[in-house]
Amino acid sequence: MAELMAAGEEPEILFWVGCAGSYDERAQKITRDICKILHHVGIKYAVLGTEESCTGDPAKRAGNEFLFQMQAMTNIEVLNAYNIKKIVTGCPHCFNTIKNEYPGLGGTYEVIHHTQLIQDLINEGKLKAEGGESFKGKKITYHDPCYLGRGNGIYEAPRKALEVLDAQLVEMKRCKSNGLCCGAGGAQMFKEPEKGNKDINVERIDEALQTNPQVIAAGCPFCMTMLSDGIKLKDKEQEIKVLDIAEITARANGL
Amino acid sequence: MVAQILFLVLTLAAIALFTVNLRKIIRNIRLGKPVDRQDQPQKRLMTMLRVAFGQSKMVVRPIPAFLHFFVYIGFVIINIEVLEIMIDGLFGTHRIFNGLGGLYNFLIGSFEILAFTVWVSCAIFLVRRNILKLKRFSGVEMKSWPKSDANYILITEILLMSAFLLMNAADAKLQLLGASHYVNAGAFPVSQYLMNILPSTESALVIVERSCWWFHIIGILAFLNYLPYSKHFHILFAFPNTYFSNLEPKGEFTNMASVTNEVKAMLDPSFVPAETEPGKFGAKDVTDLSWVNLMNAYTCTECGRCTSVCPANITGKLLSPRKIMMDTRDRITEVGQNIDKHGAEHQDGKSLLDDYISREEIWACTSCNACVEACPVNIDPLQIIMELRRFAVMEESQAPGSINAMMGNIENNQAPWKYSPADRFNWAQES
Repeated sequence: MAELMAAGEEPEILFWVGCAGSYDERAQKITRDICKILHHVGIKYAVLGTEESCTGDPAKRAGNEFLFQMQAMTNIEVLNAYNIKKIVTGCPHCFNTIKNEYPGLGGTYEVIHHTQLIQDLINEGKLKAEGGESFKGKKITYHDPCYLGRGNGIYEAPRKALEVLDAQLVEMKRCKSNGLCCGAGGAQMFKEPEKGNKDINVERIDEALQTNPQVIAAGCPFCMTMLSDGIKLKDKEQEIKVLDIAEITARANGL
Repeated sequence: MVAQILFLVLTLAAIALFTVNLRKIIRNIRLGKPVDRQDQPQKRLMTMLRVAFGQSKMVVRPIPAFLHFFVYIGFVIINIEVLEIMIDGLFGTHRIFNGLGGLYNFLIGSFEILAFTVWVSCAIFLVRRNILKLKRFSGVEMKSWPKSDANYILITEILLMSAFLLMNAADAKLQLLGASHYVNAGAFPVSQYLMNILPSTESALVIVERSCWWFHIIGILAFLNYLPYSKHFHILFAFPNTYFSNLEPKGEFTNMASVTNEVKAMLDPSFVPAETEPGKFGAKDVTDLSWVNLMNAYTCTECGRCTSVCPANITGKLLSPRKIMMDTRDRITEVGQNIDKHGAEHQDGKSLLDDYISREEIWACTSCNACVEACPVNIDPLQIIMELRRFAVMEESQAPGSINAMMGNIENNQAPWKYSPADRFNWAQES
């Protein structure tokens, strides 16, 4: 972003990568695929690079409003300094926080999640599913991330991105507004679960396996971690792939 | 005449007692912190009409929705009959509305059919709770009083409907006998089948008819006064509760204004914060919660839809969103009783956090909003959990160790993991 600014240019959209997308090895692949999609359709985008920092979401959900607002205000200062208008995020948690919780602190932007961007591009005819891996007829089940689905009512965009694949979409018993959490939200990602009789991600994977899928589609780096761990635990890594919607889109287009 | 005076006294006493208890509940709710829920009145009204009046969130589970609909519609419509009973009781008339003619027959006929469906629905509900033992109705919080409360409500409704139908059966039989005072009025599609079990003499029938009439109306007045002590209070509070419910996206959590002031002052030393009253951050006790949280607690009818979809509860953790609501209600009731007994300044040394809700419960929450989504009357248990977390973290610094580590990382590295901020853009180099 700093480079664009120095060149006196403004991006159409800022890609907010997020901490998982920046550091987590698995999520980095999703980040690079989102970039490939943006590049493929010729959108002029920018990233903040080392100027980006945690949105404060996990601190807020853990109850640390101070730390959240410190992060938020620092980020808002950077975003406003670059005169950012539109943001796409690779993570439903960043998406929810910037979209809903930043405006009250002085940061108002048009914020979309990458599955919404993909949906828009498909609707505009700029993105198809051709020239790459064929998902035709493959059984795909989509796991709704809480902060995209229930949190913000976005259920159709990710499904739209899967529909163009001509694949066989199968819904889990608990889906959409009734979707079961992967177990990572509310800062659970960063701690051991409380005492119980099962891990939440195992409960979810058991349900996903009932649909007998070839691909489990995700839209959140935390869900990705939880679902991948679940698949590993069930020793199904060879038969079933857990892929982000961005990865599936990139593969289908040979990016 | 004696009967009319007795009726008047009973009615006035019942209304007075109910008013006293209702005012206590409203006072207790007002012990909560202010929060503005007066915006967008039109949208609020629509939400109330759709969710409370139209029962839109019940349909997710069709069987209980169907049965509950009968009880709900029966309750609303049979109350027209109560209006007639009131007038008859006060003025010594009998079936005052019979002047409506055909319409009256239609109304009484409809009430009978509704009374029958209410009766059957309540019986099925009793079976679901006590014989089929549905999982949703069990749990640590559903022992003793809450368990009995549900059964008392269902049995009372069955008794009230039985009295109503028996009263009509006796009335119909008296009409056939041509008894004076018992004018020919009403249609009795259900109670006609009960006529055979009743005595045949006029005097005995009058006793049955009058007993059922008194039982029915006294039962209703007693039930009205049972409401403030019961989960059944939802029949009233579902309406304001949905009206004042959160209209923002569920993922959005409130930004605490008191924190904003301090953070602004920290980032910009020249910033002069507006005068705000110093309070604590988050909630330790019920009076630290908002009035909406407290109204939620009084509205909860303990149906357990929240708990049955809670990922923590499903996987055997201690957390149950229903228990969060019941604990909040029990505690605010206790705080209210303390005020009544010992005055407003009395402190009993107890609090919602630790004495009612444990740390283990609040830290098991994934903030997934499934409980909020599932509630048929828009109760928000998540907000209470978050307020308790805020207190634990900001006032006490009592977070689980790994959460403290995560927050330390954000403070030092601007990411929840221990990576160097300088490496944040490394993803672009590798492939």
